[in-house]
Amino acid sequence: MTRKDIALKNLWRRKGKSFFILAGLVIAVATVVGLISFVTAMTHTINHQLEKYGANILIVPKTDNLALTYGGMTLGGVAFETREIRESDLAGIATIKDAASIAAVGPVVLGGVEIENRHVLLAGIDFDATRILKPWWKVSGALPGPDEVLLGAETARILGLGIHEPVFIKDRAMSVAGVLAPTGSQDDQLIFTTMGTAQVLLDKPGVVSMVEVAALCNACPVEEMVAQISEKLPDAKTMAIQQVVRGRMETLNHFQRFSYLISGIVVFIGGLVVLVTMMGSVRERTEEIGIFRAIGFRKKDVMEITFIEAAVLSAIGGVLGYLLGYGATRLGFLLLAKKEAAMVLLNPTLAAGALLMAMAVGLAASAYPAFMAARMDPSRALRSL
Amino acid sequence: MSHIIVERLSKIYGSGDSQVAAVSNMNFKIDSGEFVGVMGESGAGKSTLLSVLGAMNTPSAGRYLVDGIDVYGLSQEKQADFRREFLGFVFQRFHLIPYLTVLENVMLPLTCADMNRREKQARARAALAVVGLENKWKRLPSEISGGENERVAVARAIVNDPPILLADEPTGNLDSRNTGEVMKLLCRLNENGATIVMVTHSAECSAYAGRVMTLADGRLVSEGRRPIEAVSPSFIFGRENVCYA
Repeated sequence: MTRKDIALKNLWRRKGKSFFILAGLVIAVATVVGLISFVTAMTHTINHQLEKYGANILIVPKTDNLALTYGGMTLGGVAFETREIRESDLAGIATIKDAASIAAVGPVVLGGVEIENRHVLLAGIDFDATRILKPWWKVSGALPGPDEVLLGAETARILGLGIHEPVFIKDRAMSVAGVLAPTGSQDDQLIFTTMGTAQVLLDKPGVVSMVEVAALCNACPVEEMVAQISEKLPDAKTMAIQQVVRGRMETLNHFQRFSYLISGIVVFIGGLVVLVTMMGSVRERTEEIGIFRAIGFRKKDVMEITFIEAAVLSAIGGVLGYLLGYGATRLGFLLLAKKEAAMVLLNPTLAAGALLMAMAVGLAASAYPAFMAARMDPSRALRSL
Repeated sequence: MSHIIVERLSKIYGSGDSQVAAVSNMNFKIDSGEFVGVMGESGAGKSTLLSVLGAMNTPSAGRYLVDGIDVYGLSQEKQADFRREFLGFVFQRFHLIPYLTVLENVMLPLTCADMNRREKQARARAALAVVGLENKWKRLPSEISGGENERVAVARAIVNDPPILLADEPTGNLDSRNTGEVMKLLCRLNENGATIVMVTHSAECSAYAGRVMTLADGRLVSEGRRPIEAVSPSFIFGRENVCYA
């Protein structure tokens, strides 16, 4: 007979009370795990979409012109017939403090051209940088070389041009290397070619109309990078496109804080359930504890029995709570947002944290009842003495 | 040297006008191997005296020595150790743990002992053999009779081989047949060297004791041997069962 045996037998005997304590802990842990899993999955989803978005910093010439849209976003002034950015100045971007966080720099030179009596916007870009900046592009055919063009989907339809067909831009014979699949953005209505070719065609040697910059990860200090780039390009206006989704991120941050608050309250209530139930259990076991003390159990022996009971229930509660929280979150996503369900993954760190939290709550809540049990006067407890 | 020495022992409950002296200025000695009965009316202080002797109730005044150890000079944790090593308790209401088997109940005092499970079980089985219940080791207390419960309580009291047994009305809830069985058992333990202090209302049971102390209003009013011929034969549960015949 050991103290552990006594604790386990008591738990088994008092199944109802044990279940009640277990339920309190499971609900508390499941709530915390569920909320954290949900917020983590949502954060992953939004980050994933941010990465899909490509560029998150835009550099445009300083201008007083009214705002135009590009890619569905409000850019500030982009006047492609006025002052542009010197291409040579862009080398300064590589020298900022957080240059290591920059994934790609994509200069763009823009200008209007006429093809078959139609005005079309020609964009000269760095196609290597475009792989990172516009990862959603799907190209039928190939990316263009110096005398080739890539047509947006709408442009190809309107001009009636297909791959390998000739196209004349300012009397220069070029051919269509590829056609973009529809993107749902302004890209569908543009013609793209290499930077050098576009600068020649548009007579804009050494200048660019705007620069798209992709900064890595969601944790990078975008605002700081904007400030650092602004310092290198004082004649340009640098802004974080992330501002467009900042509202969503702020909402997520608010929800995150709210979920932590709710989690804290639920954990506190779970702890109260354990405390109150254990106190009741100690009172019910007055005679039993009196016997233990009468036959020579020290106070620490009595406390140990109480703590073992709490530890066993807490460990089970932590494991079940984690599984319940994970399962409920995954089920919720499967029912409501199937695509994001894959983001809800088994997380060993969260599981370990859930178990530790359950143990901490269970043992902390049992401390006072254990102390009360140990302090019990054996002669009063037994009454017959 | 006497085994147990009580000097000027008093226990007072309450304070001021509601003060009650449950035990008042008691002095006695008990030698090793004695079987002492403690008798008195309700409220005489018997249970209080036993709780003090059981190192569970600190006296208001006086000293309680066992083999020279000042019991209430020990810390509370040391008093727990003292109870485990020196004392065995037999309670009126058995006070067995209902969810433990007979064997587990007897093993309870060995919980904190430095021995493995097999050794503990062996000692518990030996104690059950002494009380004649070795075949009921798997039963729960609710599955055996009152007399058997009391015998399990005796087995639990002796499993640690304590030199002193304290029994509080051990036959209070038993019928005459079981009373005889339990008293025979106590006599046998006493013959094997255990010092027994037994609180009892029953004159018949006190006949088993070699010495009887009588309390009244918290004071020791008389003590002495009760010669066997002073007890009516009709109250003796078989002459051969009387310890001091």
